Amino acid sequence: MSASPLIEIRDLRIRFHGDDGRITHAVDSVDLSVANGATLGLVGESGCGKSVTSLAIMGLLPKQSAEISGAIRFDGFDLLTTPDQTLRDLRGNRLAMIFQEPMTSLNPSFTIGDQIIETILRHRGGSRKSARERAIELLRRVHIPSPERRIDDYPHKLSGGMRQRVMIAMALACDPRLLIADEPTTALDVTLQAQILELMRELKAASGAAIILITHDLGVVAEVCDEVAVMYAGEIVERAPVDELFSAPQHPYTVGLLGSIPRLDHRAEQLATIEGMVPNMAQPPAGCRFAPRCPFVLDACTRAPPPLVEVSVGHLSRCIRTPLELLVS
Amino acid sequence: MALLEVNGLVKHFVAQRSLLGRALAHVKAVDGVSFSLQAGKTLALVGESGCGKSTVSRLVLRLIEPDAGMIRFDGRDLLALDAGALRAFRREAQIIFQDPYASLNPRMTVGQILTEPLALHDLVPPARRAGRVAELLRLVGLEPRLARRYPHEFSGGQRQRIAIARALAVEPKLIICDEPVSALDVSIRSQILNLLRELQDRLGLAYIFVSHDLAVVKHIADHVAVMNLGQIVETAEADALFAAPRHPYSRALLSAIPLPQPKAKRTTVLLEGEIPSALNPPSGCRFHTRCPFVIERCRNEAPALLADRTGHATACHRTAELPSADAILPTAGGFSPALAKLVAAFSRKTEGGNPAGVVRQGTTSTTM
Repeated sequence: MSASPLIEIRDLRIRFHGDDGRITHAVDSVDLSVANGATLGLVGESGCGKSVTSLAIMGLLPKQSAEISGAIRFDGFDLLTTPDQTLRDLRGNRLAMIFQEPMTSLNPSFTIGDQIIETILRHRGGSRKSARERAIELLRRVHIPSPERRIDDYPHKLSGGMRQRVMIAMALACDPRLLIADEPTTALDVTLQAQILELMRELKAASGAAIILITHDLGVVAEVCDEVAVMYAGEIVERAPVDELFSAPQHPYTVGLLGSIPRLDHRAEQLATIEGMVPNMAQPPAGCRFAPRCPFVLDACTRAPPPLVEVSVGHLSRCIRTPLELLVS
Repeated sequence: MALLEVNGLVKHFVAQRSLLGRALAHVKAVDGVSFSLQAGKTLALVGESGCGKSTVSRLVLRLIEPDAGMIRFDGRDLLALDAGALRAFRREAQIIFQDPYASLNPRMTVGQILTEPLALHDLVPPARRAGRVAELLRLVGLEPRLARRYPHEFSGGQRQRIAIARALAVEPKLIICDEPVSALDVSIRSQILNLLRELQDRLGLAYIFVSHDLAVVKHIADHVAVMNLGQIVETAEADALFAAPRHPYSRALLSAIPLPQPKAKRTTVLLEGEIPSALNPPSGCRFHTRCPFVIERCRNEAPALLADRTGHATACHRTAELPSADAILPTAGGFSPALAKLVAAFSRKTEGGNPAGVVRQGTTSTTM
């Protein structure tokens, strides 16, 4: 890992206060860092806290209901204490985000050109004419055919794949240092997904931006990420370089996930299933949060929450039974 | 004899009308689709958005009426059935939808949802319906006491189980599964896929499995039909198709799926451009605008779906000349011995428990 990471998250905790006074622990003691030019995959199932973590980085969580503690250091700022005005200067500029739903993340009443130009003018200034030229250039970079004509189209004239390209062009408008992509290909067909993933790889190579890719698709992770953090019930349960995560996972939840996906490269008669349900995050279990569903559970697992420990260099697991290989040898 | 035979199915939707109501433009959603399905087997219809796979599944149930073509179910001509006979037919063919949040009535308890088909088809005398509901819930791995609850009290995976139980209530021969696991989380997805396979083995169900996910299809299907813009471009036994896909579109689909195998060595066929609109499909071969192997003939002449001796059929002028598909196929992956054992610990937990241990009862009490 390089000397100082581009973004460093320390002990991030996010609690939501519901109207009925209930408190939901959405994210608990999350530590993460991403180096310049690296791609981190944030993996987990619905409700594990991966999207909430990314919204916290962007400063997009509702102030009234979300209680956030910890630190998010990015480029010399602590994003959690940065005033809104400064955050607005960072967002869309050095910090950019792509959302899952390309159908709803563009404003239908403005042309795509207007929306990209707005970003450029807000952060870079200059003339409208030069911003327009830059917008055309950006659309060309994301492989939109005849961008000089397309720039005046309204979003409804574009297909889903095209809109996601426009979102990417907009995110790249000010050469961000960190790009957060929240399920960027989930709403797309597979052939379009392949195009967008290829585009992201291409752009990463060209710009050197760091990427946090949030996804539930382990195939996407294997194809584009360098490092992976697996989240379960608001916590990071495993963090590893991508090769190691797939070849020798050290948390039972990761093992279960890997076993439960149908694969093209080998056929399992029966898929693995993770029995039971995710815990109620209003009252998280006292010990390991995965314990009620874990086939390797011991009494000790339910007594105290396990710490995130380093199993091998750069490979961390929140499980007291590591290394898991010893359980089956 | 095949359970279901579909021949030359056509459905065009009117997309635009003139002031006087004359049709100006048609979406050619399904344009000459033929296939057959044996009892107890699974046919997967695969393709991207707008390829017509869901329309085919609705046509097969006559939820919408085809413009042309023939559908035979168990030897009967479906299109000739009157309303009463159609209702009786619906007992034999059911459908499970993609979105388990939208396909259950929020105002009915699970018990009411499952009782309705029993009452509608008068399958079980009223006094025994509660017992049958309990059986159905056990069959899909839910506890019978949950019958008193409402759909909102369940997770997505549990709701899909309820939808499956509702389909099973009438003891159908065929269930159409329209993207049944697409809306579910990875670990829940595997539970539902396992359940569908298990139910098929035990009850001899035939499935039409509509999906865009080839990895899921490989896991569940016996036979696969790949669709593009309203037509089948390739159809074969699943093993044959996944071992050696022939049509350039099937190859592209297969190679586009990200493998959970970092540094997997294979070539990805990246299709250029967008999926053309079914409103105005390309002339000749409908795939020619995106095909890496396109020649002049493809632009003018539509290829026929031709089968070889093994029944592997492809609609491509260049089938014989295409290079081997080996480069795009995933290299054999799989788990290290240690990891395989760890994964097995997750499978073992389900064995012997519900729903595999439940014997189907109540079939004798049915009245027709």
